[in-house]
Amino acid sequence: MTAAAHVGPDPAAPRRRAALAVRTGLAGTSELTRLAFRRDRIALPAGVYVITALVAGTAYTFRRLYPTPAARAALAAAGGTNPALRFLYGRLDGDSLGSLTTWRYGIWAGIFAALMTVFIVIRHTRTDEEAGRLELVGSAAVGRQAALAAALLTAAVPSVAVAGLLCLVLPLVHLPAAGSAALALSIGCCGLAFAGIAAVAAQLSASARAARGIALGALGVAFVLRGVGDSDPHTGAAGPSWLSWASPLAWIQLVRPFASARWWVLAFPLAIFAAGTALAFGLAARRDLDAGLLPDRPGRATASAFLHGPFGLAWRLQRGALLGWAVGYAFTFAATGAAAKGVGQLLGTSSALEREIARLGGGQAAITNAYLSAIMLLAGLVAAAYAVSVILRLRTEETQDRAEPVLATATSRVRWALSHVAVAVAGAALLLAVAGVAAGLGYGLRAGSAGSQVARMLGAAMGQLPSALALAAVAVLVFGVLPRACVASAWTAVGLVVVLFLFGQVLKLSHWVLDISPFTHAPRLPGGTVSAAPLLWLCLAALAFSAAGLAGLRRRDIG
Amino acid sequence: MANAIELRALRKSFGQTRALIGLDLTVRTGEVHAFLGPNGAGKTTTIRILLGLLRADGGEATLLGGDPWRDATRLHARLAYVPGDVTLWPGLTGGEIIDLLGRLRGGLDPKRRSALVEKFALDPAKKARAYSKGNRQKVALIAALASDAELLLLDEPTSGLDPLMEATFRECVNDERQAGRTVLLSSHILAEAEALSDRVTIIRDGRAVETGTLAQMRHLTRDLVDAELAAPVSLDGVPGVHDLSVTGTHLRCEVDHDALNDVLARLTAAGVRSLLCRPPTLEELFLRQYSAEDSAERAVAGGQG
Repeated sequence: MTAAAHVGPDPAAPRRRAALAVRTGLAGTSELTRLAFRRDRIALPAGVYVITALVAGTAYTFRRLYPTPAARAALAAAGGTNPALRFLYGRLDGDSLGSLTTWRYGIWAGIFAALMTVFIVIRHTRTDEEAGRLELVGSAAVGRQAALAAALLTAAVPSVAVAGLLCLVLPLVHLPAAGSAALALSIGCCGLAFAGIAAVAAQLSASARAARGIALGALGVAFVLRGVGDSDPHTGAAGPSWLSWASPLAWIQLVRPFASARWWVLAFPLAIFAAGTALAFGLAARRDLDAGLLPDRPGRATASAFLHGPFGLAWRLQRGALLGWAVGYAFTFAATGAAAKGVGQLLGTSSALEREIARLGGGQAAITNAYLSAIMLLAGLVAAAYAVSVILRLRTEETQDRAEPVLATATSRVRWALSHVAVAVAGAALLLAVAGVAAGLGYGLRAGSAGSQVARMLGAAMGQLPSALALAAVAVLVFGVLPRACVASAWTAVGLVVVLFLFGQVLKLSHWVLDISPFTHAPRLPGGTVSAAPLLWLCLAALAFSAAGLAGLRRRDIG
Repeated sequence: MANAIELRALRKSFGQTRALIGLDLTVRTGEVHAFLGPNGAGKTTTIRILLGLLRADGGEATLLGGDPWRDATRLHARLAYVPGDVTLWPGLTGGEIIDLLGRLRGGLDPKRRSALVEKFALDPAKKARAYSKGNRQKVALIAALASDAELLLLDEPTSGLDPLMEATFRECVNDERQAGRTVLLSSHILAEAEALSDRVTIIRDGRAVETGTLAQMRHLTRDLVDAELAAPVSLDGVPGVHDLSVTGTHLRCEVDHDALNDVLARLTAAGVRSLLCRPPTLEELFLRQYSAEDSAERAVAGGQG
């Protein structure tokens, strides 16, 4: 050791570090990371909060709903063996409060963590690159790998934060500390694994949309793999099939956090994260800016006859997303429909849960009908959210100056807006039809009455359409009247309706408040009765909101 | 209809920012009119008001005999527009976008479309995501030029084009003029306006500061004289001579039109070895216009202070 070491830090150290950063292409990483945190300062804490609240809230609710070991054992016996529920929620090890929490929301917390990291990584790599921002940043003294490193850091921090917070919060709702730590870490590690996958996806395609599609597709494959593996009833006792072991989402439950934890399983997601990171850095070092590894296929040199007028354009811009939504709807509602067959036995075990389901569905006598009408209500809510996202595309087109060339042609503002509204209406109707048919098939095939169930559930699903359209029309209204605040206010309206849906009756809100939500007026189908008056009023409200929004659009400035 | 565009005392504010404060602009039918001004002068705001995308706060605007706000859609069938910053749908190809915009305008001439694609050397099968700024601009230009519109609104149309493509663009604009179409060309590139336009309006800080043909505008100003003489000559105190600089036998000055004869007589008396006398470029006009305004403002501010 030289004397310098005793006097103070090596004066050459910062310079050496800088030289190393330049050689590895990481120069500027800390600046870019801080920029990313500045840009995501609201979304990051919100994501961490939602995931933590979801898991901790589930543990708390289960404690309240199943206070005795006997009640929990009954739930575990019914829920843990129902193949459809195992498809949706995964496998159940034991009947402790912790095991039930891991079963009910372990995989879903993992999905949310994965969604969070996928969106963060793509947003700070390929999205910036496609928009040309990375070119500007890259021209400064910033290394080739800095953006990728910053994106991975930005995704790793909330993953670690979720794990850390859950370690602290779960023991507060009386879960064992070791099990809490195992569950917390497996959820955090799941987020990290998908950050690694997203980092690779961001190198593959030149389009951020496609890169996001690849990463989310991997998430979907992981869900279905483990769904099939977990729902196999023959492997119930002998342990899950190899299909589950192949899915990063299943690892959360394969850790068995609250039943003699297998900590070594955590090495798998960490290995995926490390391998994905290494591969992504390797690919990034070898490719050009703006280039992908998947070729950009040349398209048509002339437009097809269908790409004609604003309606053809709106359909062209929105069709890919609608297809993805429809596929997601088909899978989800086939599975939730199939789960209806076992719902009767499941609920016999808990009068509290029975009340819970009856609340969501609106107090039908038949529990199965209540369950089915609850999932149809959910289908309607999500279809409304889809329609809102389609309508808000108008604002994106406007702010990104792509509305201008269209409006500078013989296309009136109203026609332009209606082109996207038409996609929203038709898309929401299509999604609800898919939900009805899929749920009808899923339930009907297991109950042995597919034909009649499909017709019944299709009707039930379409009964939600007026409510969904009334909510979507709020987006048209704010787009026309409050353009600057339209994205925030439209999603606030959706959030308000979701809150009323989930907590309205628990909070014992007055009828006047509950009536704000269009879904309060939707028919409770199957099982309930339909009256024409509320549906008519909902349609009138949708028309009135849309007309006011379009009138506002005609009056205001564009841009 | 003598005038394709007529703006009188046009006003537009965005919150506290006053973008246009009484803008006048007249574009005659069949002419190529250059609309010149530095960044932020209000050119794009004016064009967006003409397109009915923005609503003017005050003043009068007439476009092709109609009201650009009220009759927007009807008027748009008769015009074609090229934005200054062309953003396209990344998933559509250039060819698809050209056809789409053409159809939205009410049809385009397929023969002219393919000729223009050839002329501008555009690969129409590429996705818009893969285009450079220049290529995006070509897509918008081809879509506009292949239409049958009687009025072309071009907002800095050459800002991304290379010199070769710029020459092609000039050819096309000259063809349009031959065909009797009206063109409003906004630009901050003066050579472009000089090469293309019949008349020019210079705008600054939301107001037209000068308008007319280039010849008219030069008439208001001076010629530049640069001479190498046999013997030194003194022009000090001669009326109509400005910005005089003499280095030995080399003389450089600006001369008012009506003083030119007198000055040339003095120079030839001293003996001329070489003489350059030319009208100022638009660039010089432009600079003078601005520096004059600046010094006037400074004078006013000084007087008040």
